[in-house]
Amino acid sequence: MRKYLPQYLAIAPFFLLFGVFGLFPMVFLGYLAFHTWDGIGEMRFVGLDQFKFLVTDDIFWLSLVNTLEIWVMSTVPTLFLGLVIAYVLHSSVRFTTFYRIAYFVPSVTSLVAVAIVFGSIFSSHFGLLNAVVEWLGGGALPWLTSEWGIKVSISVLIVWQWTGYNAIIYLAGLQAIPSEVLDAATVDGASRWQALWRIVVPMMKPVILFTAIASTIGGLQTFTEAQILVGEEGGPGQSGLTMVLYLYQQAFKHNDFGYGATIGVGLFLVVLLFSLINWRLVQRGERP
Amino acid sequence: MKRHVVLVLGVLVSLFPFYWMVVMATNATENILKFPPALTPGGELLVNVGKVFEEIDFFGSMLNTVLAAVGATVLVLAFDSLAAFTFAKFRFPGRNALFVLLLGTMMIPPQLSAIPQFVVMAQFGWVGSLKALIVPAVINAFGIFWMRQYISGAVHDELLEASRLDGCGFFRQFWHVGLPVVRPALAFLGIFTFISVWNDYLWPLVVLVDPDQVTLQVALGQLNRTHDTDYGMLMAGTVLAVIPLLIVFLIGARNFIADLAKGAVRG
Repeated sequence: MRKYLPQYLAIAPFFLLFGVFGLFPMVFLGYLAFHTWDGIGEMRFVGLDQFKFLVTDDIFWLSLVNTLEIWVMSTVPTLFLGLVIAYVLHSSVRFTTFYRIAYFVPSVTSLVAVAIVFGSIFSSHFGLLNAVVEWLGGGALPWLTSEWGIKVSISVLIVWQWTGYNAIIYLAGLQAIPSEVLDAATVDGASRWQALWRIVVPMMKPVILFTAIASTIGGLQTFTEAQILVGEEGGPGQSGLTMVLYLYQQAFKHNDFGYGATIGVGLFLVVLLFSLINWRLVQRGERP
Repeated sequence: MKRHVVLVLGVLVSLFPFYWMVVMATNATENILKFPPALTPGGELLVNVGKVFEEIDFFGSMLNTVLAAVGATVLVLAFDSLAAFTFAKFRFPGRNALFVLLLGTMMIPPQLSAIPQFVVMAQFGWVGSLKALIVPAVINAFGIFWMRQYISGAVHDELLEASRLDGCGFFRQFWHVGLPVVRPALAFLGIFTFISVWNDYLWPLVVLVDPDQVTLQVALGQLNRTHDTDYGMLMAGTVLAVIPLLIVFLIGARNFIADLAKGAVRG
């Protein structure tokens, strides 16, 4: 064993820190969910009370539905447009470095900054978008003050930020497909569109699954977009209240750490469920 | 031709918010709010920037952000490359099990542990301190996984064997043989870590409890809450917060994008 001491020392920092700042907090989250606690005073054991409240808490279910709606409305266009852009980019020869950087930049830009800019574009009274709508002769639309408007605005922001990132990943996937395969398809008389759906998409299944998984884990934890665009309470009708925003609000704004932890356990179960579904899809994808 | 129309249109959509941010940052707020609004950059940037400096401790938050991002990056590069090197090139009892465990840590959604992690920080007395942002950043399983892939292919076993016969111990092998070869990978991991710590919002919002001791993102969020229609000033702050990061990104952009895409396709 002594002989391996340097190796164990080399990997020890990761595991020690993970134990303290990763594993222990998760266990403690479960413990806290059975207690009421304001963050300062005594913790009081309340058994399953908070879980019973959670399953009947309309706001929790609303936050779950909001999160899932925003997730679908943002992920589907992001992945679809990303694939189209990657496909077009793949067959283009000039300026590829410029295109890549231009498409990638949104994903490395601070989400707070992006959300503030989009907030000004979507603003109901002075926003650029409504200025354009009015200039075209329409009436101002309630982007950030109505139920559907809030969800659309948040989704548009997510689509804008992540489409290019996914396109770059798909592009790398496309470059791994031998060009003869694509050429043969077009020679056979398939249109570019047909080649994309019949040949490229099936061959890229693993990459598409990777991006779908990443989008799911990211989408279920949507927070900053909503908090900046519509504020801590989730805006009119609380339609921008995502699960993480609800958790944040309960724990850090209302000092209800116990119930915040219960929401956290609920969120964890949702993430786990979707991870299992993803995992099953990957398994199926790998089978010949 | 059609292809280029699609691509150029996409680039315009992708870059327009940046243009619009600059337009707002350089115009007086009343010119942005009038109809039709100012559509081209103006000359009010310095006035707007001056107002930002009055409202928030911009340089203080900038310093906090730089310290947190640099601190986290240094720790990640030191610890995670060493761990990756060990997993890639050495056999030791329990190696595979430990590596699977490491990958399993990626399953824990980081946003979720905000509450209990806050409690842990309170126990350490790190609430309000930059240490709370820097130290947990070392738990970067993706970074170790990515580096391990790179090192497996880039560092040759013969070279390690030769250095061992020359009497190099484990840590000297890492320093003299491993590190020089993996420098490009360190650049990727460094930029990646720097960007994620720089942009992080929920965790610093939660743990940096003193409103005068925050990071840039949190300060921007405060500015947005208190002055959400003073667009000229708000955007000046946003521009200032975004530009340093864009410079870091653009320096390494070409390789960075290629490396990220490769990692995703391989993983």
